[in-house]
Amino acid sequence: MTDMSVPPMISPIGQPLRRREDQRFLTGAGQYTDDLVLPHQTYAAFLRSPYAHARIKSINLDAAKKAPGVVQIFTGTDLAEAKVGGLPCGWLIHSKDGSPMKEPAHPVLAQGKVRHVGDQVALVVAETLLQAKDAAELIEVDYEELPAVIDISKADGHAGSVHDEVANNVCYDWGHGNKDAVDAAFKTAAHVSTLDIVNNRLIPNAMEPRAANASYTKHDQSYTLYVANQNPHVERLLMCAFVLGLPESKVRVIAPDVGGGFGSKIFLYAEETALVWASKFVGRPIKWTSDRSEAFLTDAHGRDHVTKVELALDAKGMFLALRVKTIANMGAYLSTFASSVPTILYATLLSGQYKTPAIYAEVKAVFTNTAPVDAYRGAGRPEATYVVERIVEQAARDMKMDSAAIRRQNFVTEFPFASPVGLTYDTGNFGALLDKATDMADVAGFPARKAASEAKGKKRGLGYSCYIEACGLAPSNVAGALGARAGLFEAAEVRVHPTGTVTVFTGSHSHGQGHETVFAQVVAAKLGIPVENVEIVHGDTGRVPFGMGTYGSRSLSVGGTAIVKAVDKIIAKGKKIAAHLLEAADTDIEFENGVFKVAGTDKSVPFGSVSLTAYVPHNYPLDKLEPGLNENAFYDPTNFTYPSGTYICEVEVDPETGKVKIEQFVAVDDFGNIVNPMIVEGQVQGGIAQGLGQAMMEGAQYDVDSGQLLTGSYMDYAMPRASDIPNFTIGNCVTACTHNPLGVKGCGEAGAIGSPPAYINALTDALGVKEIAMPATVERVWRAANNIA
Amino acid sequence: MYTFDYQRPTSVAGAKAAISGDARFLAGGQSLIQAMKLRLSSSERLVDLGGLNDLKTIKMEGANVVIGAMVTHAAVAASADVKRACPALAELAAGIADPMVRNMGTIGGSIANADPAACYPAGVVGLGATIHTNQRTIPADSFFTGLYETALQPGELITAVSFPPAQKAAYVKYKQPASRFALVGVFVSQGTGGVRVAVTGAKGSVFRATEIEAALTKSFTAEAAKAVTMPTTDINSDMHGTAQYRAAMISVMASRAVAAALAR
Repeated sequence: MTDMSVPPMISPIGQPLRRREDQRFLTGAGQYTDDLVLPHQTYAAFLRSPYAHARIKSINLDAAKKAPGVVQIFTGTDLAEAKVGGLPCGWLIHSKDGSPMKEPAHPVLAQGKVRHVGDQVALVVAETLLQAKDAAELIEVDYEELPAVIDISKADGHAGSVHDEVANNVCYDWGHGNKDAVDAAFKTAAHVSTLDIVNNRLIPNAMEPRAANASYTKHDQSYTLYVANQNPHVERLLMCAFVLGLPESKVRVIAPDVGGGFGSKIFLYAEETALVWASKFVGRPIKWTSDRSEAFLTDAHGRDHVTKVELALDAKGMFLALRVKTIANMGAYLSTFASSVPTILYATLLSGQYKTPAIYAEVKAVFTNTAPVDAYRGAGRPEATYVVERIVEQAARDMKMDSAAIRRQNFVTEFPFASPVGLTYDTGNFGALLDKATDMADVAGFPARKAASEAKGKKRGLGYSCYIEACGLAPSNVAGALGARAGLFEAAEVRVHPTGTVTVFTGSHSHGQGHETVFAQVVAAKLGIPVENVEIVHGDTGRVPFGMGTYGSRSLSVGGTAIVKAVDKIIAKGKKIAAHLLEAADTDIEFENGVFKVAGTDKSVPFGSVSLTAYVPHNYPLDKLEPGLNENAFYDPTNFTYPSGTYICEVEVDPETGKVKIEQFVAVDDFGNIVNPMIVEGQVQGGIAQGLGQAMMEGAQYDVDSGQLLTGSYMDYAMPRASDIPNFTIGNCVTACTHNPLGVKGCGEAGAIGSPPAYINALTDALGVKEIAMPATVERVWRAANNIA
Repeated sequence: MYTFDYQRPTSVAGAKAAISGDARFLAGGQSLIQAMKLRLSSSERLVDLGGLNDLKTIKMEGANVVIGAMVTHAAVAASADVKRACPALAELAAGIADPMVRNMGTIGGSIANADPAACYPAGVVGLGATIHTNQRTIPADSFFTGLYETALQPGELITAVSFPPAQKAAYVKYKQPASRFALVGVFVSQGTGGVRVAVTGAKGSVFRATEIEAALTKSFTAEAAKAVTMPTTDINSDMHGTAQYRAAMISVMASRAVAAALAR
């Protein structure tokens, strides 16, 4: 038995502990969905549409059914006959005219039409994966090709309709903010800056592709689904209640080790839904693992906005009003949270770090014959930050003001701050972030560095990005009022074992974040026990209480708070047990460093003795207190959290080639209190790399006529590599979040949110141009550098 | 991947005997296996050349360095003979793809595949090498005939590539950002046969930039190469670079290659 009587000298909170999960990840001992082979396993392949838009005239399965090893083949007809519903959307948006968004059916297998290249047409189940693929090739589908809607600027009014029931391809036309106030401010403005910008479409590229393994057990008529997913309870709820009509009590969803998500594994996808449904008919487990080509075609993509932004300023450069018009791509179907991304997670952030008094945004969401678009690291907030930080930079240039000065004079400085787009920032210190970043980047030395570059025939530029984001999704009542069809609390169970070791069951899900380490640090600090004595369990609806999962940088601020609240209940009960053992009043017991003691005395009992007493209650107040030491908590936040930061990027352009070298990238963030600085730094580095990827080289491209995905593999979709990315200079400032007990804000998305405008602002500064489209490819930069149209 | 038969002969004669019908030679497998895994390529039978140890040597024949067809990129990059006789070629090999590919991929496989953006074709043409097969010898200039096409006849097997010495040579690769193949790769050499400028990545097949060769013959300087405006005729144009951009980059990369060759 571990000796719990000696408390750790230093609180584990704030320590850069190595991630305990990395041992298994780095030694091949991880257990991912595809690692699992169940008894009598079968394998699935999906036949997918080769066309962006086509009517299915007929499907002939005769040859495929006779192929070696085929167990069963399912098409949309089978699902229609079984009255299986379509995939739901979790957020209802209303258009400006009050009408609800258009929600055309999102079938699990195509019904009559295919709407994007890769749309799933048939599910082939066979003894081996190769046999399933071979058989899928023998399915004969007679398609009638239809005109494809690809260009989002032309979707509204396109001759073709992605969905027959949405003739103009508009899902919703939404407005947010005070239009009249904005219009009035623009009339009196001394200056107006404008920009037309594109937020390029991204493909998530988690290291582990999506995967599922579904089985049905006859003896209790239950289903088990292993799936690479970020929120297994949400997955189960959506699948059971909205698609398959199954009781949740009969369905267990397990998301084991998951190799990255970045949002793309939040959603309920057709593939796993089809597998669960089919597993009962097949009577054997069915496994499907996306190959990389399928991932490019069918994982929900991110971003994809076209925006016109206008900023009105007075003669001194104070912001008067911001007007934003955006067209957002939904793709062919509404993915699980697609509708909320360009609205609730976007327009509410358009105030940025600034006290802009009036803001109005219009967002038109359109359907196209492309893969569905949904949340991707940052989800709406990178798009908002890009709009704000690009137009603020443009205003500084138009008005010949210093880029930092114009920001500083418009910063929000008093908190709480109620923004004109509906959020209340609880705390922050934007000036301190800008000061620190400016120092770290030696902005004062920039002119000399620029001159040195010019002497070599190079062009140098410096760009700022002062971002704020809303994390810790989310206060359920606020989200509900904004159209959410689910709550956004988190759940935790803390189970203290008789010997004082602890298992924590959390509704948060780790797919690379390091929860097993960070949550253990929090619990160990609270209970004054070694970190090694705390085990974190997540990702299994059969083991953990109903939780909402991990996205929106919410795990520590919401999930961690639920854990803290459960631990508080453990301590409160422990005090009662200790009071009994120490023959004192409950109210006289203090708990510190793992020891319960009577205040003002040397009478004490360690945590491990209390836990043992709870389970061996020989000497125990059974008349007043239940035995055991096991507590649940649910936590619903009262506000979002608001991480913020200043990023400064400095680039040098080689005009001969258009090649850009990032000379330095400084990131100063305010994440509130930090539990594990090493993990936070890793999150910042990964986020910035992803953001720079978007700015420099990533971009999904469809052929505008045929709708074929041109960037369907790593041969053409340019992912950033280590050699493209500089060493980052990372710092932080702390203003603790005011409304959760840990004072934490969340750090998972910041880098991806803050970095694209910093890079593009630096690049346009170097080139002396107003706009360069992301991704700023070498050729685009070369053309800009040499004034070649 | 579709199912296929597999053979591993131990001699060139055995390899030739194994090739019939829908069979293909398998060298390092760094292109063919990928295509097969994607079901873009299938063959009844693969004849693995990995057992042909005679093709895995590098040797000097006079001033020429002769590289066996089954020598890996990593072995070429590390070879003292290659580094001495033609450091530019060792550097080219060291810059192909990543260590895994370099440890498996072979010079014979690369040039037989004739990928339009591969590095080796630029080195072979840029140095005026000679390709030895089990039937004949083929000069570099007539070996690459088109997109993934070579002068090789069905069943004809490359056994070695012989590189003549160059006084000055260098290869500069400007990478396509996604695949990291050459968007434009230029191999420049100056030797007894004159100046050669071979370009990969920019057309359907490697080609000699005769405009730049002419300029460099007059003046072997970076400035001379850079001053040449390359025609855009037949230059590839895709999302990673228009023909105009690629053509411009040929001159820029040629000038950088000349600078590197002169600095050696």
